[in-house]
Amino acid sequence: MATSWQEIVDLGARSSAAVATAEEAPEERRGVFKRLRESLSKSRQALTEEISASLFDRIDEETWELLEEALILADVGAPTTAAVVEKLEQEVESGAVPMDGVAVRDRLIEILAEVAATARAPIDLSAEPAVLMMVGVNGTGKTTTIGKIAWHLSKEMGLNVVMAAADTYRAAAAEQLETWAERAGAELVRGEECADPGAVAYDAINSARARSADVVIVDTAGRLHTQSNLMDELTKVRRVIQKQIPDAPHETLISIDATTGQNGLRQAKVFSEAVEVDGVVLTKLDGTARGGIALAIASDLGIPVKLIGVGETLEDLRPFDPGDYANALLAE
Amino acid sequence: MFDQLSERLQTTLSDVRSRGKLSESDVDAAMREIRLALLEADVNFKVVKGFTKTLKERCLGSEVLESLDPGQQVVKIVNEELAALMGGTGSELAMASSGPTVILMAGLQGSGKTTACAKLAQFFGKQGKDVALAACDVYRPAAVEQLVTMGGRAGAHVYERGTEVDPVDIASWALDQARAERRDVLIVDTAGRLHIDQDLMAELAKIRKQTRPHDVLLVVDAMTGQDAVGVAESFAEVAEFDGVVMTKLDGDARGGAALSVKAVTGKPILFASTGEKIEDFDKFHPDRMAQRILGMGDVLSLIEKAEQQVDEDEAEALQEKMRRDQFTLDDFLKQMKQVRKMGPLSGIIGMLPGMGAMKQLKNADVDERELDRVQAIILSMTPQERSNPGIINGSRRKRIANGSGTKVQNVNALVKQFDQMRVLMKSMANGRMPTPQQMAQLAGGNQRAPRPKARRR
Repeated sequence: MATSWQEIVDLGARSSAAVATAEEAPEERRGVFKRLRESLSKSRQALTEEISASLFDRIDEETWELLEEALILADVGAPTTAAVVEKLEQEVESGAVPMDGVAVRDRLIEILAEVAATARAPIDLSAEPAVLMMVGVNGTGKTTTIGKIAWHLSKEMGLNVVMAAADTYRAAAAEQLETWAERAGAELVRGEECADPGAVAYDAINSARARSADVVIVDTAGRLHTQSNLMDELTKVRRVIQKQIPDAPHETLISIDATTGQNGLRQAKVFSEAVEVDGVVLTKLDGTARGGIALAIASDLGIPVKLIGVGETLEDLRPFDPGDYANALLAE
Repeated sequence: MFDQLSERLQTTLSDVRSRGKLSESDVDAAMREIRLALLEADVNFKVVKGFTKTLKERCLGSEVLESLDPGQQVVKIVNEELAALMGGTGSELAMASSGPTVILMAGLQGSGKTTACAKLAQFFGKQGKDVALAACDVYRPAAVEQLVTMGGRAGAHVYERGTEVDPVDIASWALDQARAERRDVLIVDTAGRLHIDQDLMAELAKIRKQTRPHDVLLVVDAMTGQDAVGVAESFAEVAEFDGVVMTKLDGDARGGAALSVKAVTGKPILFASTGEKIEDFDKFHPDRMAQRILGMGDVLSLIEKAEQQVDEDEAEALQEKMRRDQFTLDDFLKQMKQVRKMGPLSGIIGMLPGMGAMKQLKNADVDERELDRVQAIILSMTPQERSNPGIINGSRRKRIANGSGTKVQNVNALVKQFDQMRVLMKSMANGRMPTPQQMAQLAGGNQRAPRPKARRR
């Protein structure tokens, strides 16, 4: 069963009230599950072309090669692919998994789900106010993701949300966020264009405190992880936030575009070194890209995927469910 | 990372030299390394497969067997084959013989279309062309505002009609305007779309039909993974694009997507976007990309950069001074300033081949502030001291340290380093390459002096 927003967000003392306001109907849940499967169906088709049940009918050297190929094509990356295939191969050879097509397949899904579930943890919004910071390289969908997160927290969970438009660099970024703030019914704090992003975050936290808001969501400008001056700026924004609330930001998420290749690993690593990333939002999974880089990030860096974007609409930002993900990748 | 492909190949093939012959299993081992390096660079799996097959045949040929250094030879062949696959030297945009040249930009969300539009506008603007932009992304919030702002920065006129008008209508209206106002170039920005979104792809085809662009450019993020091929194929079908703009090449992505797209669609990469600023945009050089994919550095770009920044006569004079061992701290300062004009040092080091493999250099964190400090120290010296560092005694050192806000140890380190450098330069000017150890020392591997606290007086 799919993971729900209530499960993926840790609201601390507020949780009982919030859950009461937003109970999802079972039908709706199935709908959501179906939606995820549908949006991943492209990936599934592509992968199942390689990993059809018949692949495991006769298990030999070629089987493992084809499996490797399928995972590489999903952007899982050579090291993680090798680890997964090696594990499965060993288990089959030792007899732990029977030499049976269905059993091998099921075990493969299990292994992939295990990798995807590495270091799993909810989004920590238990503090009052909780500060969530969004980081990532340009064009990965930070602002859109923040808009959707704000909408879910505000409209579905009844939380009072303040958004900080700390992307003061990209032209019209604040306007884009403003549109989202209106949709979500959240307050937007913004500065002048090219204003200091730290100052915007500072103002937003002050404003949140004054209104005793529940959550502050800080949008930051997209930046390539190789631009050390911009990464320093990000560290500074974090320090400004920490000066006001010592254990904030309580949650730092990096958005990674599902079409990203092996460079995603570098992105996650460098951003994590700069601002201690707690989780990944895997965006644009509605294309044909399979987002396998998320598996590499989880297994190499221990940073779990927490949310996935599977489409344009508000409901298309979903909590990540490792089992569903592995299943949707491979099930027919 | 695979900065060390050539290093790894040399390790793989190192014992070949003693045996004097390359066996098939040696080649297979080398192919495995190459395959991994290419996959790590996000070159499409199927492209890699075909590529290593071709490669293997060539590597089993006599040129490798007879070479003194099979590892290097294999790297050379890989580089040649990659460059060939990427399409040799650069291609050109088609321009209109009369009326505005229409360029349609398409791509996935977040690939950097709007920014690329403005950069392309600036690129043509620099050639003295009158450029206009058409804002046809009516879907993403504030996309029109973004294009208006960036277009303004690029000095281009922006045709926009808000977000309530159909993008196809905006495009043909903008074309009418561009014709009436006699613009040289019209660049049409479109909304990012998924290649499997049939409605939006149909819309793109309509815009194409209405505006009859001279060039359709697909904007591709250099960080794209294996899916780049699928995306390019779909866009090729609907939009029949003529070339590709690679964006975000200023990151450390190897950009294997470029190779994959070219290999599968046959369309050349025309432009590369390499930074935050609007000027960070230029024609794409396929041969250099091959080297980047292999982590082999980009010497040509470096030479070009140097050519732009360095006065040739001055360089000539400097070299003469080096040869005669008359190189002074003043010359050093001048040279340092020239090098720094070329951009941050870490970027320059990245362009040098083999630097990736040199651990000392790779780990030497190039601190620009360190260079500021060196400049401050030299500027605190008297002209006599600069031309003859030998006279710098204890009290002079103290004065220089005080004057530059550094410590005596820093001054000592600089003087010592300068001496070493002078020896090195003399040998270089006489045509001998320095050893990696010498280079590493120069890059700060021997600096022990404590870093002074920043202090304002």
